[in-house]
Amino acid sequence: MPGPTHVQATINGEEVNFLCEPRQSLLEVLRDVLGMTGTKEGCNDGNCGACTVLFDGRIIDSCLVLGVEIQGREVTTIEGLATADGLHPIQQAFLENAALQCGICTPGFIVAAKGLLDEEPDADEGRIRHWLAGNLCRCTGYDKIVRAVLDAGEKMK
Amino acid sequence: MVANIVLSEVEYTHIGKRPIRPDGVDKVIGRAQYGPDITLKGLLHGKVLRSPYAHARIKSIDTSQAEDYPGVKAVITAQDLPFASLSKEELGAGYQALKFASDHILAGGKVLFKGHPVAAVAAANPHVAEEAAKLIKVEYEELPPVMSVLEAMADGATLLHDDLYTSSLGETSQTASNVAAHARYEKGDVVQGFDEAAVVVEREFQTASVHQGYIEPHNGTALWSADGQLDVWCSTQGAFTVRSSLANVLRHPVSKIKVTPMEMGGGFGGKISIYLEPLAALLSKKSGQPVKLVMNRVEVFEASGPAAGSLIKVKMGATKDGKLTACQAELALDAGAYPGSPAMSAAMCAFACYDYPNGLLDAYDVVVNKPKTQAYRAPGSPQAAYAVESVVDELCEKLGIDPVEFRLRNASKEGTRRIEGPVYRRIGLVECLEAARSHNHYQTPVDVQPSGKLRGRGVASGFWFNRGFVSSCNLTLNPDGTVSVVMGSVDLCGTRASIAQQTAEALGIAYEDIKPSIADTDSIGYTFITGGSRTTFATGLATINASQDIKQRMIERAAAIWEAKVEDVEYVDAVLQHKSDSELRMTFKELAGRTLTTGGSITAQCNIDPPGEGNSFAVHIVDVEVDQETGKVDILRYTAIQDCGKAVHPSYVEGQMQGGAAQGIGWALNEEYFFNGQGQMTNSSFLDYRMPISLDLPMIDTVIVEVANPGHPYGVRGVGETPIVPPLAAIANAVYQATGVRMQSLPITPGKVLDALWSQNGS
Amino acid sequence: MVTVFIPTMLQPITGGVKQFDCEATNLRQVIERLDQLFPGIKDKLVEDGRIKPNLAVAIDGEVARMGLLEKVGENSEVHFVPAIGGGAC
Ligand code: FES
Ligand code: FES
Repeated sequence: MPGPTHVQATINGEEVNFLCEPRQSLLEVLRDVLGMTGTKEGCNDGNCGACTVLFDGRIIDSCLVLGVEIQGREVTTIEGLATADGLHPIQQAFLENAALQCGICTPGFIVAAKGLLDEEPDADEGRIRHWLAGNLCRCTGYDKIVRAVLDAGEKMK
Repeated sequence: MVANIVLSEVEYTHIGKRPIRPDGVDKVIGRAQYGPDITLKGLLHGKVLRSPYAHARIKSIDTSQAEDYPGVKAVITAQDLPFASLSKEELGAGYQALKFASDHILAGGKVLFKGHPVAAVAAANPHVAEEAAKLIKVEYEELPPVMSVLEAMADGATLLHDDLYTSSLGETSQTASNVAAHARYEKGDVVQGFDEAAVVVEREFQTASVHQGYIEPHNGTALWSADGQLDVWCSTQGAFTVRSSLANVLRHPVSKIKVTPMEMGGGFGGKISIYLEPLAALLSKKSGQPVKLVMNRVEVFEASGPAAGSLIKVKMGATKDGKLTACQAELALDAGAYPGSPAMSAAMCAFACYDYPNGLLDAYDVVVNKPKTQAYRAPGSPQAAYAVESVVDELCEKLGIDPVEFRLRNASKEGTRRIEGPVYRRIGLVECLEAARSHNHYQTPVDVQPSGKLRGRGVASGFWFNRGFVSSCNLTLNPDGTVSVVMGSVDLCGTRASIAQQTAEALGIAYEDIKPSIADTDSIGYTFITGGSRTTFATGLATINASQDIKQRMIERAAAIWEAKVEDVEYVDAVLQHKSDSELRMTFKELAGRTLTTGGSITAQCNIDPPGEGNSFAVHIVDVEVDQETGKVDILRYTAIQDCGKAVHPSYVEGQMQGGAAQGIGWALNEEYFFNGQGQMTNSSFLDYRMPISLDLPMIDTVIVEVANPGHPYGVRGVGETPIVPPLAAIANAVYQATGVRMQSLPITPGKVLDALWSQNGS
Repeated sequence: MVTVFIPTMLQPITGGVKQFDCEATNLRQVIERLDQLFPGIKDKLVEDGRIKPNLAVAIDGEVARMGLLEKVGENSEVHFVPAIGGGAC
């Protein structure tokens, strides 16, 4: 088996260097190598969206990308959204709209919503439901999540 | 149109408000520590080797290659469970229970479902553990799998357990059987009741096994120290249940087991029993290092608790003015590999919404070669309601009576005697039905259907008991005037908020001044699971009681400071004051600030097993659209109405109603375990086991009907279970209105709809 | 008088008797009285000195929390019902 590879990338605005085995997914690297457990694993096969991160601004399932693939690229995870000034408007909207119950899907939804609202803050309900179709939530029935994203969009305009 | 309506009877300061949950920030920034997030020094990773067969005898297991594999620290099989070295004589009456519990953790003689654990490995990393697990050689002798209750109950059926006998309230069958239990309830005389009926409808219904579908997989981490102390971290609905289950299968004293519940990524009843925790414990004991195990999604589907599949026959009769004369049901629910389906609970829920003179219920708990079923929100009730509410809909049609009106004429109310005996206290089914009747959704006709589409509306009602059980909490008055609330109830969906609100209400202080947290099993009194719609009620009562104690101790302290008599001091709106000397007055915070110099902290605790739980009823209305070309059913509009008692935090109550409805919609339309001829599940991924996504659902309107529960000072009943009960039948009834076909088996897949439409057209 | 409702499945033991009145102040006494009149019924309800694990007793609609020590009132109704759990969120 080939040995670990050195990878340099930008994660949440900071340059990061790490060693990773070629078979390790980005999700595994984030959680097990870098200790960033905010990104969650629900299926490890691209079907739940709990592991959603932004990869050069586009949303991806980090379980479907290899750690070595982020060489030289930019990744944003849930840990990178809040600033010293406070929560990101989407995070705040999730709290105010009670858009999380168990919360395991929440990081994935918030990051996915950021991917949408950064480009289209005025996305309507239909657009939001389409965009979030790759993220599963078993607790909420999506109602309050969609409302939270609509609400955050208002604030991000 | 107002989406969320709360019909309140009483207003409070904190109860009924919608504050931000105390654990919210951690959960939206990704800091909250869920079970799989834990890491410890020297942590090993485990992997379970599972049976590829649904039913087989294990002839031999050879672990030698796995043990020799570089990086492997421990390998275990059923031989490592204490049960393997205990005799039938030593165990006496408890033999079978322990055998089942141990075999479920690691198969002994036989594997009983695909995915049944056979061995487990701990290694330096998950990949090595997985590679090593593949090197374990198991020789099986395949046996024919028994996959349905019909097969299992047939004469001469292959037996899963040659030592399982049918128990019927103390009576035990003479011969071994796949039927683990039979129960019967009766009232009046059904034969006479059906004779008196003008219309009788009798139908048979089937539902498939479905999964709770929590997004976080099962996980367990354990550290077994050389002195025998066992520390466990896991995602569970009940840390104390994990502790006692571990003590049982590991034959280890509870005093040497500490379970720390981590944040929980969904349970719905499926995270009560133990799977990985005992494996992690044994691997840790063998390797001397902490071990973590996490299931992958295939393992979650194949080896953790689905809800029972069912076969239910219902017969109901009514007079021509729509009064029920007799209700009868036979319910067989599959338990999976080991006994314990919710058949009895299904039976008790079946006709719970109705007041009827004659009834007969037979319930059967049947083992089959599927993973052992577990609770799933109102266990048994959705399956039963699907059958009963479909038959009620047909009765209404035959009698020409509006379905809400029919239900009102026969509704259970205070004083109605349930078939198993007890009489309802104050319940709110009538109020829910009235709210349904006057709701804009019910008042507005179904939208005109576009060409190629058929539209229809369905309604159904549902019931769950709600429960009390044991809860504990410790309250500490902090010097800055805040109050810490430590509880044993894990937070699945806003528990910290609803408990903090009740504490704030009881003490009359700010919500933000309550600091709730969840303790491990060494740090709090016994607390039953979070589940059964009990936590807001029972743990709420515990904190209210403890708050009364805090107030009393503050009165005593103020009296001591003022050198006054205790009975001359009172606590009014978080102010301590002397009854006759208006100079003597201290705010809550002022007294809190003086506690450390006037005798020390003020704390209180409460351990209760409260009576007074309040039953919950719901009525759901749904409009569907059926595509005649594809057979696909879309939900156009959905309204969930429920008597929740007082809603402590209406947003999370609505969330429960919406989430439960969404799960019910999935159960009705898409979700099912699909087994091939060998009893192997062939759709064990979220791609093929299709749970509702955001695109499948509309906004889900809610009406919270607040009929106060007299058994709780603020009228709380509990909410979480009932919302999953009505959707199955409501949707089936709507599909009937749209297509004219009664769907008697779930899920209502496009294929089934097309078949039905085609056979209807005779093509 | 306490009224005990005999579950359908135990009625063979009671020869079809569905209800039974007795004087008692707690559940243990209720079951003792029952067993005096209908020998063998206790074994169906009690195991190792406790109500059987798959069974619950409802006294005036309230599930008994104290097992056999549970008090019964003068005009209480006693029902034997299956024990059930729950799932929720
Ligand atoms: S964990 Fe990546 S999509 Fe589910
Ligand atoms: S909040 Fe639990 S899965 Fe979404």
